[in-house]
Amino acid sequence: MDIDTANRQAVERLLAARPVLVGVGRALDVIPGMRRNLILHAGPPITWDRMSGPMRGAVIGGLLYEGLARTAEEAEELAGSGEVDFAPCHHHGCAGPMAGVTTASMPVYVVENRAHGNRTFSTLNEGYGKVLRYGAYAPDVLDRLRWIAEVMAPLLARALEISGGYDMKNHIAQALQMGDEGHNRNRAGSCLFARVMAPHLHQAAADLATPAGDAVKVLRFMAENDLTILNPVMAACKAGLDAAHGVPGSSLVTTMARNGTEFGIRVSGLGDRWFTAPVERPRGLYFPGFTEEDAAGDIGDSTITETAGIGAFAMAAAPAIVQFVSGTPRDAMEATLEMYEITVAENPAFGIPYLDFRGTPTGIDVRLVVETGITPRINTGIAHKDPGVGQIGAGLVRPPMACFEQALAALAGAAS
Amino acid sequence: MTVTRAVVRASSYYDSVTLMRLQQALTRLEGIEAAGAVMGTPTNKDLLRQSGLLAPEAAAAGPDDLVVVVRATDPARAEAALAALDSLLERSRARPAGPGAYAPRSIRTAVRLLPGANLALVSVAGRFARTVCDQALGAGLHLFVFSDNVPLEDEVALKDAAIARGRLVMGPDCGTALLGGVALGFTNAVRRGPVGLVGAAGTGLQEVSCLLHRLGTGVSHAIGAGGRDLSAAVGARTMLQGLAALQADPATAAVVLVSKPPDPEVATKVLAAAAGGPKPVIAAFVGAGTGAAAGASGAAVPVVGTLEAAARQAAGLVAQLGWPLDSPEELVEPSLPPAVGCPDRGRRYVRGLFAGGTLAAEALALLSASLGEVRSNLGGGSPPLPEAERGRGHVVLDLGADEFTAGRLHPMLDPELRNRRLVEEARDPEVAVILFDVVLGYGTHPDPAGAMLPAIAEARTAAGGRPPVFVASVCGTDQDPQPRAEQVAKLRDAGVLVAPTNAAAARLAARLAGGAVPDSGDDHPAPGRHGRGAGAASTARAGAHPDLLRLLGEPLRVINVGLESFADSLKSQGVEVVHVAWSPPAGGNLRLAELLTRLETDRRPVGTDGQDG
Repeated sequence: MDIDTANRQAVERLLAARPVLVGVGRALDVIPGMRRNLILHAGPPITWDRMSGPMRGAVIGGLLYEGLARTAEEAEELAGSGEVDFAPCHHHGCAGPMAGVTTASMPVYVVENRAHGNRTFSTLNEGYGKVLRYGAYAPDVLDRLRWIAEVMAPLLARALEISGGYDMKNHIAQALQMGDEGHNRNRAGSCLFARVMAPHLHQAAADLATPAGDAVKVLRFMAENDLTILNPVMAACKAGLDAAHGVPGSSLVTTMARNGTEFGIRVSGLGDRWFTAPVERPRGLYFPGFTEEDAAGDIGDSTITETAGIGAFAMAAAPAIVQFVSGTPRDAMEATLEMYEITVAENPAFGIPYLDFRGTPTGIDVRLVVETGITPRINTGIAHKDPGVGQIGAGLVRPPMACFEQALAALAGAAS
Repeated sequence: MTVTRAVVRASSYYDSVTLMRLQQALTRLEGIEAAGAVMGTPTNKDLLRQSGLLAPEAAAAGPDDLVVVVRATDPARAEAALAALDSLLERSRARPAGPGAYAPRSIRTAVRLLPGANLALVSVAGRFARTVCDQALGAGLHLFVFSDNVPLEDEVALKDAAIARGRLVMGPDCGTALLGGVALGFTNAVRRGPVGLVGAAGTGLQEVSCLLHRLGTGVSHAIGAGGRDLSAAVGARTMLQGLAALQADPATAAVVLVSKPPDPEVATKVLAAAAGGPKPVIAAFVGAGTGAAAGASGAAVPVVGTLEAAARQAAGLVAQLGWPLDSPEELVEPSLPPAVGCPDRGRRYVRGLFAGGTLAAEALALLSASLGEVRSNLGGGSPPLPEAERGRGHVVLDLGADEFTAGRLHPMLDPELRNRRLVEEARDPEVAVILFDVVLGYGTHPDPAGAMLPAIAEARTAAGGRPPVFVASVCGTDQDPQPRAEQVAKLRDAGVLVAPTNAAAARLAARLAGGAVPDSGDDHPAPGRHGRGAGAASTARAGAHPDLLRLLGEPLRVINVGLESFADSLKSQGVEVVHVAWSPPAGGNLRLAELLTRLETDRRPVGTDGQDG
């Protein structure tokens, strides 16, 4: 099978995927291969000694949350001792925003790809400010995680059960027409999700006889967090890309992810090999009081959105956030047009109104990236370099070209 | 003290126009005496060496490396100039076409932005042309390939692939074409009319189309074939396609074929195909002389040796066929000025300085026939005329040839090189006549005659008491952006003898140098059976592919890859065009480009799978 045919096959799987948010479960119960002493993290594989600040903070928080350590010092010692295993979220069907730390007793969304049968997972979004995914591990951070696990997760799980599943493909299609691009902007989508879930949450509270006010708190938490739906969107993107992975000969990129130290990509026809290079520092706008000096290296699995053809690839759909790409709605349109240069398909399900409902550019071809010299655009949040400070801005980053050059060489090696 | 400083940037490709703008910007900086900004090809490094700019680090640069050298009055100024490199480069780059006009990076994405695109205009550096052309053919486009230095085997492969899928490849090294009134490349504004042209000679096509216009008729289409199309290797692949298309084209009543002397077997094949068609055909094999005409006289197609003769015969022919001539101009030869009736004993040589290659070839043939030995840099395959030989005896120089244009704009765009040469020739006490051409039209200098006037004045001064005679012809029409009448008047006011055609200018120059009047037997209409009923040869004629006829009949929608000025010219003619902001694969990184070639299935030679797209 030639590369073009292989790519067509891979991208058709991606386009045919039908991810549905079917429930919420405990990581240990639902994620294949999950164990008590396993910490999943964003990006390509990494050892404790090479982790960046935010990643270390999140790992410390994760160990504290699991009760595996009582203090930060203990957690650090444990993390470096070899008794705790680390693995990329991506090796376990997960996609984790920012540090992406996912531990055994955390609740996770379960997305089922009803076209291909595979399942993917992602944690429940914690909101803004000092949060675990940015490396914060103060007691209030851990308290919020516990509330999510004990109060929010059961209600959402029951609500989703009542709903019969929330169709993520339709969700993304609608959100793109409401000004989201699915990565940095999920305000419209989070509203949509909350609107659909509200009656089910009310019913779930009755079914589970939860204490008065719990459902209200859950709804308020969702109302205050524009990123509520980001994590299920990431899992939905991963569901399609996992289906597209493993087509022999294909040069389609099926993973782009950052661990704060390295950027890594995986390619459909090249198995589970990661092609990595040191991360870049995102360029963007900073919250008051912060500058580029404070920024951590690029981090997170949320680049799964761009890999699936939304996020920065759908920038033309999200004029409200163009200041992050230094410009005007016209710049946003040009950003999307540029991504058609490196993709092999357009997603007919995700039409962009401003481009006459042209489908989002989908399916990054390693060859086209190297040939054109155009690396994928990525919208991203920016983490503080020190653990525990949190998000300090948002902006644009591009993967290092070296990842794609290595993958190209591997493809050429595999082909000859 | 003077210092030379160089910067080499590995794998940094810039197009030549950008680099020339950069070079210009550098030389304008204070304290910079000379500057060079080139890609490090062997030719370009030679150029640097000749200008004394080849610093050691520049000598080591490769063809994909950017080399920038400055010679400055002192080290600080040199460093300052090089430090400004990035900002100068940025300013030297072509501006985007307009606000909000997204410039796609590849043909693949460009065709998505221009549905119904039917032609790609390719002017990237020659070594990248094949890849771009393959992609264009893969996207179902016809091709106009301005790029030169494309390997011969690539030209043959491209043309075969195109023929297999009913596509036309004009070029490589195609300078001009007129399709349905739209000018591509260097082309003149001529009336639409019944004469169709196919030419493997750029300025030859221009001269014939301008003369047809001035003789009161006009051009249906002028199809460029590329300078090598009538070589033995290429075998007139494009000319035969173009001829068949024009034979079937309803807007065309008669056809003129234009070429420098073709390969004899190819000529026979072309003439046989021409004789087998339904429309009268005239072949102008410029510079082949009367020998070729005689040799081919057995065929039913008249063969003439000058562009002028071809145009005159074609105009007469279409008039006979019932196409009225619209206020035809009389092509009057200028009378000899009395002052040069008795030339200075010492001044006896003709020096021809040409911007147009075919015009140079035509002049060379006529001058040789009259004056005997004429040195020249023409004559495919022979080594360039050494500098020392350029100033001895009668000489015809094609200043558009590679050895003069490497790293420099073509003389049709930039008069500088020819102007300098003109003054030098005038200083030579043995020179009687300086003969030159002025080519007008789209894509050329906005005022080519005006740009030569200071040099002509300087040349007169430099020559002292008895300056040589300046003889010129102006290839153009009054509809050109530079109206011909104005250009002619400027030259006449400067004392230049302006002949009505290039051939007439050459004949005049020959007479002024004391030569015999060259045989102009071509001017007599050849015995005209004009093809009809020449059944024996008709088998050689292939039918025209319907897609070729569609190209001639439909509005052009163009994907432009390379020089942006071509896109601007098309836009000004109201043609829909998308410009591709092209750059070499993998940024010019050869290792990666090689890997890509191994993995790039759509780069396999097209046409073998019988599928478009």
